[in-house]
Amino acid sequence: MSDKILYSLTGLFDTPDEIIAAAKKVQAEGYTKYDVNTPYPVHGMDSAMKLPMSRLPYVAMVVGLTGMFLALFFMWWTNSVDYPLVIGGKPYFALPAYVPIMFEVTVLSASIATVVTMIAIVFKFPNNSHPLLDTEYMKHVSVDKYGISISAEDPKFNYESVKSLLESLGAKNISPVYFKDEVINFKPNTFEPKFVLSLIGLFIVVSGLTYVTLNKLMYLPPFDWMMEQSKVIAQERSDVFEDGRGMRTPVEGTVARGFLPYKYKDNPDAAGKFLVNPLPATEENLQVGETKFDIYCSPCHGYLAEGDSRLKGQFPNPPSLHSAKVRNWSDGRIYHVITEGQNAMPSYAYQLSREERWAIILYIRALQRSLNAKESDLQ
Amino acid sequence: MSDSPDVFNYTKKELPSNFIKFGYAAFVVGLVLVVLSLFVDNVRSAFSGVMLLMFVASIGVGSLFWIVAEYLSGAVWSTPFRRVAEFLGAVLLVLPIIALPAYFNMHDIFHWTHEEVVKTDHYLSAKAPYLNVSFFTIRTIVFIAIWVLFYFLITRNSKLQDSTKDQNLTRKNIKLSAVFVPLFALSITFFAIDWLMSLEPHWFSTIFGVYYFSGTVLAALAAITYIVVTLSEKGYFFQGVKEDHYYSFGALLFGFVNFWAYIAFSQFLLIWYANLPEETIWYLQRWEGYWMYFSIGLIIIHFVVPYFGLLAQPSKMSPKRLKFMSLWILFAHFYDVMWITMPTYQEFGYIPGWIELGYAIFAIGLILVIFNWKAGKENLVPIGDPKLKRGINFRL
Repeated sequence: MSDKILYSLTGLFDTPDEIIAAAKKVQAEGYTKYDVNTPYPVHGMDSAMKLPMSRLPYVAMVVGLTGMFLALFFMWWTNSVDYPLVIGGKPYFALPAYVPIMFEVTVLSASIATVVTMIAIVFKFPNNSHPLLDTEYMKHVSVDKYGISISAEDPKFNYESVKSLLESLGAKNISPVYFKDEVINFKPNTFEPKFVLSLIGLFIVVSGLTYVTLNKLMYLPPFDWMMEQSKVIAQERSDVFEDGRGMRTPVEGTVARGFLPYKYKDNPDAAGKFLVNPLPATEENLQVGETKFDIYCSPCHGYLAEGDSRLKGQFPNPPSLHSAKVRNWSDGRIYHVITEGQNAMPSYAYQLSREERWAIILYIRALQRSLNAKESDLQ
Repeated sequence: MSDSPDVFNYTKKELPSNFIKFGYAAFVVGLVLVVLSLFVDNVRSAFSGVMLLMFVASIGVGSLFWIVAEYLSGAVWSTPFRRVAEFLGAVLLVLPIIALPAYFNMHDIFHWTHEEVVKTDHYLSAKAPYLNVSFFTIRTIVFIAIWVLFYFLITRNSKLQDSTKDQNLTRKNIKLSAVFVPLFALSITFFAIDWLMSLEPHWFSTIFGVYYFSGTVLAALAAITYIVVTLSEKGYFFQGVKEDHYYSFGALLFGFVNFWAYIAFSQFLLIWYANLPEETIWYLQRWEGYWMYFSIGLIIIHFVVPYFGLLAQPSKMSPKRLKFMSLWILFAHFYDVMWITMPTYQEFGYIPGWIELGYAIFAIGLILVIFNWKAGKENLVPIGDPKLKRGINFRL
């Protein structure tokens, strides 16, 4: 016995009134390091022990509110700023839909933070045990008794005087509690074989289950019902049609929405003659033209259309658009080149809509004008 | 507690005289205003009659619910105050009378009573087997009859126990309560559907019965709390009544404030999400014109203020705070009923006038007068209840 380290002296009581009276007395005697253990929260104990208000609620409040605002910020940022998507016809920032998630995250973060903080404080983290655990005393106070435990670390602690104090209060089962040997002699050993083996075992089980779930289970009914639907998927074969093609070509003469067939295929002169730029030279159109020109045209023709891009010298030299030939071309003739391509230049009909092509032409005209201004422009 | 009072040493006291006087004054003033309003603006008065009926029914059937809940859960802390709930529940007896003004004007209140409209309206004619005057009348009578019957059976046993001290009466009441609970759930749901939801006969919400229930039990609990705290401060209960009991009232109030908010928000969220015109119309109506401010006010009055008012632990134990918050919650429930009822009467906004005020005063007066009447006849404490002593010595 004597080689053990004393943790505290404990006593048991039968009723909540006795324990409150005992706590008041122990407090009045000037003990500071003592604790009361009861099967349920006894009201009035805080004031009997003269405990200051617990600071745990502040942890709960701060972490809870942080969680709430983080959830709100996350949903606001993803749904309304970074990648706005219309979901169910709701506005990008749909507060009512966020409320349940904000509520859940608040509760979750607050409760986890409270539990973790409490464990950290009570067990003095990283310890994960307490000398009172697994004692006769603890068995009683978690069922039907009310106990008080006066710690040996208390400056006023004296085995005999504490014992007589508890006796005078009418405590039963007055017994000392010692630190457990294994706690005193505890040497942490992370790479203990048992621990490492259990980690490996856990890894195998988890990865095996994951593998089976994702690669086998998902292909068995009923989990594959979403995958195996009786409908034609793009690029798939279909036995319904004679030619076996799942994707059907549109009816002849179909015109896609927003597109018009190009009448002057392989006929640049006619295009130059009959096509007229439908867009007025407004700032808006010029802006579109500049953006699209910088994206699609400038890699070869250069930002100023002088044919001086970084490709110069590595490639058949792209022509300048400031030559007299291009300056004298009509808008329709340039449109034809963008639409059909010319020499090394491919067609841009798939990248640029009709309006965008015309807007680029407006911008090219503006660039040409800037290098070959007329007298009248100065006025 | 060593100084626990002798339970059976109870002497009956008169209620405080200003309590009684205030009750009669409110009753008379309210009655005058109500009768006057019937002549001035019949339709508006009838709509206010619906509010009066639903508010008083809330107090009555909610009190009955708390009595039943005590028996079923075996609660002891509330036993010393069960008589307060029993006295308040007596308002169930006058429900048929206060339903009359609204009932006789139902043609002005309920759109579905117009047979020529129902014929041409597909939805209303589909609902006609349920929503018709005769079935409506039968249902209302049956629901009120169920409540009055169980109120009578349960309180009779409780009263009998005062003199006989027979413990079997408690056991009988537990059985009665178990029978009553499913009936209560159905009756209050359909009562709310009949008298509140059918004001907008095209509209429907499956959670509506629960919504009305949440307001009902909250209002009844607030009324019980107010009377218990007031009388207990004047020494009408035993001296063991203090913080632990107050805390239980406060915590229950706080819990049901949250329950109401949860249900109210659930109803709104589902309707908002589905975005179906036949459902959203109800909320759109309450978002047009002045109604928008009423709706925002409902959130603040019915949830935000009581939530923060009762959040901290000390505020659940302070008699002053409890009295204020329970009166506030009673007001909030009246406001809630008004918010449900009145948009049908007046779209795009509405200013509560003297008619609604008169009905509110009348409701308070009626409840207090009935309480006084019952308190004059019976003991304020169930002195024969086997749980009473444990209830008084209750510690959290």
